Order: sequence, then C-alpha cells, then structure tokens
Amino acid sequence: MKRVLKEFTTGNALLSVLAVLASFIVGGILIAISSPEVQTTVTYIGARPADFFQALWNSVFGAYDAMFRGAVFNYKAHDGVQMIKPITETLAYATPITMAGLGLAVAFRSGLFNIGGTGQIIFGAMFAGWVAIYVDLPFYLHFPMAVLAGVIGGGLFGALVGFLKATTGANEVIVTIMFNYIAVLLLSYLLKTPVLQAPGSINPVSLPVHDSAKYWFFMGDQFRVHGGLIAMLIAVVFTWWLLNRSTLGFRFRALGHNPNAAKVAGINIGLTYVLVMGISGALAGLAGTSQVLGTEKFLTLGVAASFGFDAITVALLGRSNPWGVLVAGILFGGLRAGAVTMQANQNVPIDIVLVVQSMIVLFIAAPPLVRAIFRLKESKREVTA
Amino acid sequence: MKLELRGITKRFGAMVANDNVNLIALPGEIHCLLGENGAGKSTLMNVLYGLYQSDGGEILLDDKVVKFSGPGDAMAAGIGMVHQHFMLIPVFTVAENVILGHEPTKFGGLLDLEAARAKVREVSAKFGFEIDPDAIVGDLPVGVQQRVEIIKALIGDAKVLIFDEPTAVLTPQETDELMAIMKQLRAAGTAIVFITHKLREVQEVADKITVIRLGKVVGEADPKSTANELASMMVGRAVDLDVEKAPAKPGQPTFKVEGLSAWSHAGTKVLDDISFEIHEGEILVIAGVQGNGQTELTEAIIGMHGKTAGSIQLDGRELIGKNVKQVLDLGVGFVPEDRTEDGLVAEFTIAENLMLDRSDRKPFAKGLNIQIEFLKKFASEKLKQFDIRAQGIESKASQLSGGNQQKVVLARELSRELRLLVASQPTRGLDVGSIEFVHEQIVATRDSGIPVLIVATELDEATQLGDRIAVMYKGMIVGIVPSSTPRATLGQMMAGISA
Repeated sequence: MKRVLKEFTTGNALLSVLAVLASFIVGGILIAISSPEVQTTVTYIGARPADFFQALWNSVFGAYDAMFRGAVFNYKAHDGVQMIKPITETLAYATPITMAGLGLAVAFRSGLFNIGGTGQIIFGAMFAGWVAIYVDLPFYLHFPMAVLAGVIGGGLFGALVGFLKATTGANEVIVTIMFNYIAVLLLSYLLKTPVLQAPGSINPVSLPVHDSAKYWFFMGDQFRVHGGLIAMLIAVVFTWWLLNRSTLGFRFRALGHNPNAAKVAGINIGLTYVLVMGISGALAGLAGTSQVLGTEKFLTLGVAASFGFDAITVALLGRSNPWGVLVAGILFGGLRAGAVTMQANQNVPIDIVLVVQSMIVLFIAAPPLVRAIFRLKESKREVTA
Repeated sequence: MKLELRGITKRFGAMVANDNVNLIALPGEIHCLLGENGAGKSTLMNVLYGLYQSDGGEILLDDKVVKFSGPGDAMAAGIGMVHQHFMLIPVFTVAENVILGHEPTKFGGLLDLEAARAKVREVSAKFGFEIDPDAIVGDLPVGVQQRVEIIKALIGDAKVLIFDEPTAVLTPQETDELMAIMKQLRAAGTAIVFITHKLREVQEVADKITVIRLGKVVGEADPKSTANELASMMVGRAVDLDVEKAPAKPGQPTFKVEGLSAWSHAGTKVLDDISFEIHEGEILVIAGVQGNGQTELTEAIIGMHGKTAGSIQLDGRELIGKNVKQVLDLGVGFVPEDRTEDGLVAEFTIAENLMLDRSDRKPFAKGLNIQIEFLKKFASEKLKQFDIRAQGIESKASQLSGGNQQKVVLARELSRELRLLVASQPTRGLDVGSIEFVHEQIVATRDSGIPVLIVATELDEATQLGDRIAVMYKGMIVGIVPSSTPRATLGQMMAGISA
C-alpha cells in the first residue's frame, strides 16, 4: 500500500498525460465496438471496406467531437451563451472535484490513503447547509459563516479518522470507507427528520439555502459556475503553500515518506495524523459547500454525487501536486460535462466516460504498462559521489 | 575443483559494477576477496552463483566453461554459498532446512526426513559441529545458524564454497570458530572464496588476497601485508586506521543512567537494571554483539521506548517520561544505527533533511513559513563544513552514498547546541574515508567537553574510539573497563563472562 502511494505521489507528469491518452484510445475502441453502424458495416467489410472505415471514423470522431462541444466550446450553437456554456459547465463540475482532490492530495502526500472524500464532502455540505438554511444574517456574515461551517464539518469528520489512527492504530483506509457509509446514512436520516427536511415535504430534500449564504454567481443565473471557482483557486494556492512552504506541510511530507525518521526527529506522529486528516477533510468539506451553497442550492441525498471518488482519481492523476490536481480536476469536470452531450448527440452510453476514468486509474497504477505501451525507458536514479 | 572467473563484466545501466574481473580459486586454498562496501564483491559472487547474468567474461570449473542461469545450476555444479543474511526458515528444524530444495524422498514420494537427519549427523560429525538435526533453527544462536548454512552447502556436495561477509553477525569467539572451520574445510580440499572488508580476518586465514575497488581488480596482496597496507590498497590512497585522539580530560559526570530497565511490547525484559555515567569530554562505548539491548538503551535515552523504569539524567534533569522532542530540546544529539530507516527521509533533499528536527522553530521557520533563504544558506555551509559530496543542497538523500548520508545526519545533529551525543554504530557500512571523518567528528565533539555515548559492535572501533568500554550482554552491563583491556577479555565479556 505504501509503495503504491509512493508511486502515485512521485511519478512524473508525463506518465499522467500518457495514461490519459491511453485511456482515450481505449475509450475510442470501446465507442467503435459499441456503435451499431460499425457492427453492421463490419459484416460486409470484405465487400465494402470503405463503409466500415467511414462508420469507424464517424462513431469515434463523432463521440469525441460531441464531448468537445459539451465540455469546451460548442461551435454549432446559435448564440454566444450556448457557445461558451460548455466550458462553464466543465468548471462547475471541476470546482468540487478539484477541492476534494486537493484534500486527498494532502493526505496522500502525508502517506495516508484517505478514501473518505464522500463522507467529508457530505459533512461539509450538512454543516454549511444547516447554517445557510436555518441562520438568518446579512450576507457579509452569513456566507463566510456557512462556508466556515462546511470547512469545519469536513475537517472534524476527517480529524476524527486521524484521531482514531493515532490512538488505536486503526487503518485509515478501512475507517474512511466505513465513515462514508455513516455520512451517507446520517444525511439520509436527517433529510427524513425535521432537522433538515423541508417542512411539508415528503421527499428527502431540505429547504433551499438563503440567498445571503450563496456563492456569487458571477456569470449570471443562466450559468451554473459560481464563486466556488475562486475559492477553488485559493485552495490550490493554499495547498501548494501548505505542502511546499509551510513547516506543517514539511512535517506532513516527512511523515509520508519516512515515519520512523520523523519520529526520531521529534515530530509528534499522532498529532500530525490528526492535523493531516483534519486539513484533508476540511478541503473536502469546502467541496461540500460548493455543492450546497452553489451548484445545488439545497441539500439532497445526491449532494456529494460521485465527487468523493472522482477526487481520488484526480489526486492520483495530478500526482498529489496541487497544480496537477487542478489540471486533472478540470479534465474530469470536462469528462463529466462532455459525457452528457456525447450521450444526447451520438447515443454513446455515458458509461464510456466511466470506463475512460477507470482506465486512467488503471494506467496510473501500472506505470510499467504505460512505459511499455509508449516505449519509455525507466527513469534511472542519479547517483552522486 | 578449480574455479576461474575470466574477464567478468557486469553493468547496471551506465554503472559498471564489475569491470573485467579475473579470479582463480584453487582446491585447498582460501582466497580472500577484499574490498569496501560497494566495490562490487557481492555483484561478482552473484554472477558466479547464477543470480545475475554477466555482460562479458566467462566462468570456468576445472578449465571447462560453464553457464549458470540460476542458483540451482550453480549448486548442481558444486558451488555453495553461505549468505550474509541467512537463507534459513526459522520455524523449520535443521534437517528440514538443510534438505530444502532437494528433498530426499522414499517410496510413494514421501519426505525421507530420516535420510536428512543422517546426512546432517554425518557432516556435523566430520567437522565437529555438534548440531542436533531436530533443533528448530530459530532457537539456535546466530553462530550455529551459520553452521547450518555451511552444512546445507556441503550436503549439496559443494567443492567451491563462497562466504559472503560471514562474520558481520558473529561475536569475536564465533568469528574465531568460523575461521577454524574454514581452515578445516581448506584441509579437506574445498576451494574457498571469502568475501570481507575486515582486515584482521583476511590476515588470519588468507592464502591469496585479491583486492577489488570500484568494480576493478586493483591487484593481489601478500597475505603478510599489514592492516594499513591492505586498507590503503582497498581505498586507493594512504590511510591510517588508528583513531587519533589525545587522552580524555573528563569533567563532571553530567549524564547518569541509574537502575534502567525496559520491557518489550511482549513483556520480556530487554534492559535489566543498567547503571553507568559519562563525564563531560569522555567517550563511553557500549560494546556487545548486536541484539543485546543496545537499541533499546538508545531508544530509552531519546524517549522512544515504551515501558521503562529507573532513571536517566542529563545535567540533573530526568529524561524518562519525556518525549523525543523534549529530549532533543535538552541538547541530546542522536545518530541512529539505521540512517536510511531512522535518520533520513530518502526522498527529501539534503537541505530538508538538515532541518528535519528543527522545522518548527527559528531560524528555520517564522510562524508557519519555512525560511527558504536561511535554509539554503545553512545547508550550503554544512555541505562545505562536513565535506558532503553531492551536486548541491537540492540533491536527494537517496542519491548519496552511505558515507555522505551519514555526514548529513552528523551535520544536523552536531549543529545543535549539544549536551550529549548518542551515536549508534556510526560507521556501519561506511567506506574507510568516511569512517575516518566520522571518527574525527566524534572525537572533536568529545574534546569540546560533551559526554559521548557510542554503540559499537566491532571491537576495533570500541577500543580505538572509546575512553571506557561498557560491555552489554542480554540487556545487562557485564562490566565497564578501560579501552586498553585486551581483546580476549572483551570478547569473553561479550559472551556474558564478567572480567
């Protein structure tokens, strides 16, 4: 496990790019195979091979073209708003994924495999949501308070994992997985009781959050991208500072690379576990606020969507480097936004995108595989003196 | 059987581990392969044993070229190897271990353990080993385990025996016994290749000495050469093995250990009522065979050992009950025995490693911000002062040689305001040049009036470096004696017999 983590956090960026490329190639093959036209034309490939290759090109290019139009720029749209809407959709999805991805990156760099993104996002969303729905304050107090509540909610839920690991030696992988269930079921329960459920509603849905607690929709209401994007960029810079310039991050990394040496150097291992998981959870909690105070505007069971798990992939793909996580987060936002158009326009199942995402994980987890495909030489250790 | 290696070359990427190496081992002869750590001795033997394939050259047995694609081939051809780290299964009996890989069977494919026992008894009687074939290997002392390895090789009908650094884990007595066994094997006509970097052993048994440096044979040495001559050949420049130090000028006894006991997690007593004191400006060496409580003693001092009782006082302040950070802050410098495991973060740069224990305070930090500029300046200074050979302060610790890694650890520990220096096997695995440097630094620390505690497993280091020597055995201190005490006496003490 530790070796896997090490490979993820120290491998080079080129491998990440190649992993993505390889995944798109595999995705293309699957799109071709699943296309009815390709399946039909292949039966008479001997007689009219041109038909087959035409169908092949149409299916693969069509799908990826649709994805581009859904994720980046829709050159076929009739007005400006519709043309630039795709990129804003991508950024709207990228916001929570990147925030949670940063949180997981902090944990990965510290040698902790935090799988609890989902639970920490939900706790952040619940705390932020409660403050945003049931507290009435002017916006300049309400909004910061709601965001802070979400960050604290996620942070506490994460720190608890660190505390359990420090005091009982519990494995953080197992604890965080179980905590995901606790968070999901707790949210489900609270949305059926007056604590969070909208009065008079029979559905597990809360009241909408007050306007005074919402993120700023700086591009207007027809776009879903919101001020969380700015918070995300701040979070990227914060995480970079934390890991590379702060004494706290120095200790986190020392713990991640060599807990024994950290201990001998007088670093309090238990406290560091709590801090790592607390900050990791706080960043995931921020992702929760982006959902409930921004994109969704009220609490539902689906508030965390699949962002908790996407964030793991994003953190791995970004090599747990904050800037890498940002790039990977936008890529994943794009995959998500593009998948919808791809299905609508080309009838390509949305699951293809899931396959591409999974292939990325697989390729990153197996660097020798990527090296073999692209005939790269293994990077050699430089030896001095 | 005559073994000849002709022009063996082995490369790992751009690094040439063996460069055109020639070696001939004749029956009834002990051929010493002498070289520093990393000189390519083990690589050469792994080529011979079929673990690596050479990039050039050939192996000849009785003048016939042979090719080994794995250890199985080598064993079948009559080559046996006694590994540095024993390849034994601790929960198996001696007989079971010895036959592993070529188990004798009887009717129906059943394991014939009786045949195995008989073989063990036969070989054991021939060389006077006195080994019970039914003893569980894990219960046997290290020296005896090594004999099981030898029996294993001999039962495979080995005509050529390779000993790869066999004495690293032995007491002086066990080493003497091993030397006697090697002489016996020589008399029986076995060709022996003895790999070592310990000069005393070479001088005692070698018929021929081949010195290897940086993968190349630098020449044959006369078995009657002095230690300094051999060392100079091994290192490639004149070296003086003696530690140069003026007589100690002990001051106040500022470090006192009284009635210290410690227990392992399992509840066994690992330190038993230990008491000693160290004066300012004095080096006390804790000598003993590895695993007799030295590790636990250093852990107890720096506050890393769980269950302890008794008292450890530095400058009148109690250390027991304090955590590592508090102990370090009282001025304890600590050089751990395993520098890659406990002393350094391999993936960190030299600069980062230099501030590992002080990352949270001035001048390395201001608030939560690391003071990068200060760190750079500090690291560059230390690089120069401690002669750390690296491309720069941004080189990762993992890219450094063992000697330079140890210099990084020393630079970090010695650049704090010290009241006590604890160094555990500070020269383990280092090349001769680095050993000189480390010794100089330790003596200089002593001369600045600081009490120094050294854990040493090699008697030479103990007697040369120490002002006094405390010998540990099974968690107890057998006695504290001056460093002029004869080796034989110290050896006996290391086996638990008090002087």
